[in-house]
Amino acid sequence: MATIHVDGKEYEVDGADNLLQACLSLGLDVPYFCWHPALGSVGACRQCAVKQYKDADDTRGRLVMSCMAPASDGSYISIEDEEAKAFRENVVEWLMSNHPHDCPVCEEGGNCHLQDMTVMTGHNSRRYRFAKRTHENQELGPFVSHEMNRCIACYRCTRYYKDYADGTDFGVYGANNNVYFGRPESGTLESEFAGNLVEVCPTGVFTDKTHTERYNRKWDMQFAPSICQQCSVGCNISPGERYGEVRRIENRYNGDVNHYFLCDRGRFGYGYTNLETRPKQPFTYQGEEQVSLNTEQAVQTASDIIKSSTRVIGIGSPRASLESNFALRKLVGADNFFTGIEAGEQQRLEKMLQILKTSGVYTPTLREIEKYDAVVILGEDITQTAARVALSVRQAVKGKAREMAAVQSVAEWQIAAIQNIGQHAKYPIFTTHTDRTRLDDVTAWHYSAPAADQARLGFAIAHAIDPSAPAVKDLNDELQKKADFIASALKQSRKPLIISGSQAGEMALIDAAANIAKALKSQGVDEVGMTLVAREVNSMGLTMLGGKSLDEALSAISEGADTAIVLENDLYQRVSAQRVDQALDQLKHLIVVDHQYSDTSKKAELVLSAGSFAEADGTVVNLEGRAQRFFQVYDPSYYKPDTLVLAAWRWLHLVSSVNNAQASDAASLDQLIAEIASDMPQLAGIVEAAPNADFRIHGQKMARSPHRYSGRTAMRANISVHEPRQPQDQDSPFAFSMEGNNNPKADRNEVAFAWAPGWNSPQAWNKFQDEVGGHLRNGDPGVRLIEVSNQGEYFSEIPASFVATEGQWQVAANYRLFGSDELSQRSAVIQERAGQQAVTIHPADAKLLGVNEHATVSFAWGGQQWQLPLSFSEHICSGTIGLPLGTNGLPASLAGQMIDNLQEGHA
Amino acid sequence: MNQPIKIVTVSDDSDGFVLSDADAQAIEHEKHHYEDPRAASIEALKIVQKSHGWVPDGAIKAISDLLGIPASDVEGVATFYSQIYRQPVGKHIIRYCDSVVCHITGFEDIVTELEKQLKIKPGQTTPDGRFTLLPTCCLGNCDKGPTMMVNDDTHVRLVPSNLANILEQYQ
Repeated sequence: MATIHVDGKEYEVDGADNLLQACLSLGLDVPYFCWHPALGSVGACRQCAVKQYKDADDTRGRLVMSCMAPASDGSYISIEDEEAKAFRENVVEWLMSNHPHDCPVCEEGGNCHLQDMTVMTGHNSRRYRFAKRTHENQELGPFVSHEMNRCIACYRCTRYYKDYADGTDFGVYGANNNVYFGRPESGTLESEFAGNLVEVCPTGVFTDKTHTERYNRKWDMQFAPSICQQCSVGCNISPGERYGEVRRIENRYNGDVNHYFLCDRGRFGYGYTNLETRPKQPFTYQGEEQVSLNTEQAVQTASDIIKSSTRVIGIGSPRASLESNFALRKLVGADNFFTGIEAGEQQRLEKMLQILKTSGVYTPTLREIEKYDAVVILGEDITQTAARVALSVRQAVKGKAREMAAVQSVAEWQIAAIQNIGQHAKYPIFTTHTDRTRLDDVTAWHYSAPAADQARLGFAIAHAIDPSAPAVKDLNDELQKKADFIASALKQSRKPLIISGSQAGEMALIDAAANIAKALKSQGVDEVGMTLVAREVNSMGLTMLGGKSLDEALSAISEGADTAIVLENDLYQRVSAQRVDQALDQLKHLIVVDHQYSDTSKKAELVLSAGSFAEADGTVVNLEGRAQRFFQVYDPSYYKPDTLVLAAWRWLHLVSSVNNAQASDAASLDQLIAEIASDMPQLAGIVEAAPNADFRIHGQKMARSPHRYSGRTAMRANISVHEPRQPQDQDSPFAFSMEGNNNPKADRNEVAFAWAPGWNSPQAWNKFQDEVGGHLRNGDPGVRLIEVSNQGEYFSEIPASFVATEGQWQVAANYRLFGSDELSQRSAVIQERAGQQAVTIHPADAKLLGVNEHATVSFAWGGQQWQLPLSFSEHICSGTIGLPLGTNGLPASLAGQMIDNLQEGHA
Repeated sequence: MNQPIKIVTVSDDSDGFVLSDADAQAIEHEKHHYEDPRAASIEALKIVQKSHGWVPDGAIKAISDLLGIPASDVEGVATFYSQIYRQPVGKHIIRYCDSVVCHITGFEDIVTELEKQLKIKPGQTTPDGRFTLLPTCCLGNCDKGPTMMVNDDTHVRLVPSNLANILEQYQ
């Protein structure tokens, strides 16, 4: 700690900070542009100048850039000094000399750091009266718009994109008063994290293109604290709604998880919530004709179906909330509840859960991953399967430069100095995959091989670390040397991190990862961490809830279950169409509860229109076992009274209560959560994941909209000129509309949107944190459910090495960030970004087949046929074929299967 | 003078740029002088400019491939330096000094005369491709101003009436 004196007052601050951080953490307002909590200080913009004095007696002082001056003990500074104020006002005037006066048509307006800082400095009248320099803009792809004229040259974008996210196709061009930030040429930004430019840019150069189509000001939106549904990481998001549609997704700060950044799938993949094809009312069929139902009819129809059935099974979903899955389990009974996860994946998830609980190895939070100093990733291309983890791993790798700088006593925020000292130095990272990965640019060594061989390497590393770990027989010498090399690198590290997951489709990889972690622990490397990546938002939660696999559900149908209730799950995405068709055709009745109209819904006799994450509340559990609550953003029936969309758990509860065979009395979310907690001790912690519906601040609910929200009395005038009462939210502590409390200083950690007086941009998160860039003042939301204990033995089922069979190809799982997720793949911009997905084989195999690159190849499996373009990879093993699972209807269960009918052209 | 930086989509034509073997070899040679290949990017750009007169878009890509660094880095360096030309220039390049001392000694008359003779404005190239007229700041000849360089030759104590004779030397 250090004592600093600011404008005559004494404060205790962290002496390792710079003065800007220290002042902001104290809640004092100092304007800034180029500094960012995650990007460090470079002193480029000169906006954060303050007066610094030698001592208490010095009255002259000198101007310093507060972001570049350490908050050392006994500092005397003044923010309010007249000269410093005049300087800051001049700086913003200079920065803005070329800035267009286009706030009224600029999408950043009302959400703009430049506006906030300009107001803060008091600059309000432009004196520059010459021609402004103008630029041509670039087309940067479907996600991000470019408007270079608004640039104030703070350099944050390029520091984020190149230095933080390791993107290569973005830079700064020109010199002096004429610089340009963009790609070398127009084209889609290649980084999977490009969307963060929208929030990193303090002005309107980079804006959310998906929002442009249906634009409105931030203050005219309704928000709720939410959780990204697009993978298992559980990033915190703040979706914004207007006129009954989600219009943008902003990052929601969580100091333990995603802090300032999201991946582009999470930020831009929300379009599926706005699809016209979504079921907006429950419906059934009379003959061929689709008939919409009201709540009573729908519930009665479901109840009648259930009563007339001999056995009703429920198929849950890893993309549905714990509440919905539990409500389904309650309705059909534990014996009739199935998770809806394909058997192989379910086994892997169960193994992962077992490891999380009993391996004795700590699972770090996303934020903590950034502090590890050696990383092994087995089998997963994490940029595709858990992208935000990859961004954290990239920061971990750069820890080497931080360490080198620390030796020379360079402060952690001196980012330019750190980069100079580091000179691209990296902590070691070792990856294995069936092909190359998107982390290739930072890996020390990468091994491309079939999953079984990757696992063998993993087992060999564990054995090299701890000889009592099972040894691998017949490992070739070269690989053995590599295993020894990696083992010694890991043993020398202080905090090694082992990453694997379920999506490589190989249990042995998870076993091997666990063995490495345990071996390190046994050798005294106590700070070893392990991260296991699951596939979907609630894969871990559903695994904790428990249930039999989808395959068993399909068997149950063939054994006589005559009715199935499918919850938010397109079964065709999981197992072969043949098996699904066979089972569904045997059913007498199929009820689907979903917010998408999927191939499974098409087979349903009754569809209950569920709410997506934007229209329902629920709890999901991420890959580290963190339960997090997402809250309903808006009530769709307010805008369209004929819309009848309810949370899936509410539908299922209503059916239960009419059916009353196994009645549940959970009428509200809190009652349901309480019931889960009492029925399932392993999930009892979810009660603490978020405040309940009774939570109040000074007797008020929390507001979902900013207090400047406008147009409410007019927005329904096309339906009726009488403004109805706002929808009442019984399930959460949030009020629809702007009515309610939104005090940034209130004791709360669920924040619908970031706003504080004078701070309208995402930089307002400063005002919610214990220290800037730290944790939320009242604790980061969410609760970890899993306590790790040490009971595990080494796993010893070491697979045999892969041997290619002529004319056969083993499927290597190539999940894609853009296109593999069941939900976001329905969004138009994601489809555009994903482009056409290809299958990958080794050129030597192609030669044998007599096909050229980019030719169309076809194959059949499980009663389905695919025709896809072909791409070559020198890195994929001969005898294997990389398939972009999840895209093009390629089901997850294809991983590891054999394909024997690959041929050129159309089948 | 602010000229907008023209960022255009690389067309197929400029992709047609082929680095000559000699240039590629020279760049490789430079690359080995440095620990970080980024350090060779200025030399690489100079090599291309020397043989090609200016640096086309295709050369940025070729250099980035050769040095194994992102094209955005090469382009950043190329556009930073005013002496690296990212647009076609004339056979001869006139750089007149417009800094303080030459301002006192009357560079404005020199520029007016040059503009009149060449019928172009600073930053432009004559239609026949013979001259490109560019301002520069200080040629280190303050005691002999106004001054200008044409290619590698320095001309001092310029008077408008003698400019035609000087330009005559550069065909």
